[in-house]
Amino acid sequence: MSAIEILGLEKTYSVGFWRKRPKRALHPLHFTVEDGEIFGFLGPNGAGKTTTLKLLMGLVFPTSGSARILGREWTDPSVKAQIGFLPEQPYFYDYLTAHELLEYYGQLSGVPAKQRKLRVDQVLHQVGLRDVQGLQLRKFSKGMLQRVGIGQAILHDPKLVFFDEPMSGLDPMGRREVRDLMEELKHEGKTVFFSTHILSDAEALCDRVAIIHKGELRGVGAVEDLTSSVQGKVEVIWQGAQVPAAIKALAAECHVTGDRVRVIIDESQQDMVIDILRRERQRLIAVIPVRTSLEAYFVEKLRRAETTAGSTA
Amino acid sequence: MRARIAHIASNTFREAVRDRVLYNLIAFVLLLSGAAILVGQISIEIEKLVVINLGLTAVSLFGVVIAIFIGIGLVSKEIEKRTLYTVLSRPVRRWEFIIGKFFGLAGTLVVNTFFMGIGVFVALFYVSHQFVRADALILVALYFIVLEFLIICSVALLFSSFSSPLLSAVFSFSLFVIGSFAEDLRNFAGMAHGMSRWLATGAAYLVPNFSAFNVISSIAHEQPVAGQLVLQNTLYALFYATMAMSGAVLIFERRDLK
Repeated sequence: MSAIEILGLEKTYSVGFWRKRPKRALHPLHFTVEDGEIFGFLGPNGAGKTTTLKLLMGLVFPTSGSARILGREWTDPSVKAQIGFLPEQPYFYDYLTAHELLEYYGQLSGVPAKQRKLRVDQVLHQVGLRDVQGLQLRKFSKGMLQRVGIGQAILHDPKLVFFDEPMSGLDPMGRREVRDLMEELKHEGKTVFFSTHILSDAEALCDRVAIIHKGELRGVGAVEDLTSSVQGKVEVIWQGAQVPAAIKALAAECHVTGDRVRVIIDESQQDMVIDILRRERQRLIAVIPVRTSLEAYFVEKLRRAETTAGSTA
Repeated sequence: MRARIAHIASNTFREAVRDRVLYNLIAFVLLLSGAAILVGQISIEIEKLVVINLGLTAVSLFGVVIAIFIGIGLVSKEIEKRTLYTVLSRPVRRWEFIIGKFFGLAGTLVVNTFFMGIGVFVALFYVSHQFVRADALILVALYFIVLEFLIICSVALLFSSFSSPLLSAVFSFSLFVIGSFAEDLRNFAGMAHGMSRWLATGAAYLVPNFSAFNVISSIAHEQPVAGQLVLQNTLYALFYATMAMSGAVLIFERRDLK
């Protein structure tokens, strides 16, 4: 069973005061998120990531389309007991303490009183806020609020967690902790759907990603598949101090560092280069296929989208 | 469902308390004790009349100000600060949120009125040194004031569900002022002709009839209040508040939280 099935969700807002005109925030969106995976929803600012999350949370209503979450209609209120949500730059009732806030959200999520107390303590420990649990949230820093946000999203032990820009406002340690937490959630069998524009986080964490730009889906796939769509290049490394002229003529890039030489060549020239190295009695260290980084794939996708939009205009 | 509404209501009450809304009680106590001391010195025979009039009017005005200024922010502030997102992403229905907010504010006003009512009785005892049977009528006036608050809360919430806090404040306060003169508006409608008669009659029955709830003056003169009026006002307040809340729910159920 898919954790999320998005079936053509689309959103058009009316903008303007007197003369209302339609503004499409999201073109019909179709993709699925499988059970138990970490799914990254990538796109630059204003791409439609938050709109999609708001649609799934029932905070805004779609112009058309529908979705299924955990096998049920996304509007079914019972679904919400099994999902957690961290909004972008969350803001909470600042007159409450972290403990009171989690207690309140536990009540609203229907966590039984006995379990609630235990769970609140557990989550406060998990997000590193146990020492400041009695402090009112108005005294919290942005990073601490982000931790509260993550805490409230996982408090009721949901099967599926939505995080909107979860690393935002966190220092490197905090980001690392959130990454660890997401992996922990995955190991517990939960599905994590998170939006981000920090591609290194997505590359390190996600099983699959979707890329959205200007409200349109530009690509969906496993990170390995997307990043292995290389331009057919390999990296050859050997021990030596110089690059033989025959290899220099073939290589796209040559780098000599200490007693190591690293060149990038076309995959088709791999055997030829290895033969040359043998002849020259050089010690081969590694031959590695060059993988596109997620960032390169992402930039390429967006560039292509811009070009298509420019040529159709 | 009931539990969720109760949790939202109690959190709304907690917010009011922590935002120091009940500090208005200090201003009320100062006003009433000052008035009681002053009245005790300058008026003869009418101290009680003045204290009841002043006390109950202050209870009503303080409460109306609180009802409007908290009521208009109940929904809009939650949208603006996005605190609503983490509430509505839980198994909480939108109508439960609105009803919970209403009961939270109504509860705050009841507690506020309770303490102010005690203040009125203390001031009354200070000036007259004893209680008589007719003083119990003050409880009826306080009950009518609470009913008035229920209407104002629901109206403020209705406006808050679709407009900005500033406009909601203007609308709610205007409605309170017009509603206080609803009887006069009805009399005017009776005298008008043609189109203006229709318009005045429509307006007179649309605005809440707060004049029917104002028994302060007659109670100060120890005139009894008919049981029928108590029943009538109770039903009217419940009906009006239910209608306004239904409007608020209908609007909020369809609203995009951008």
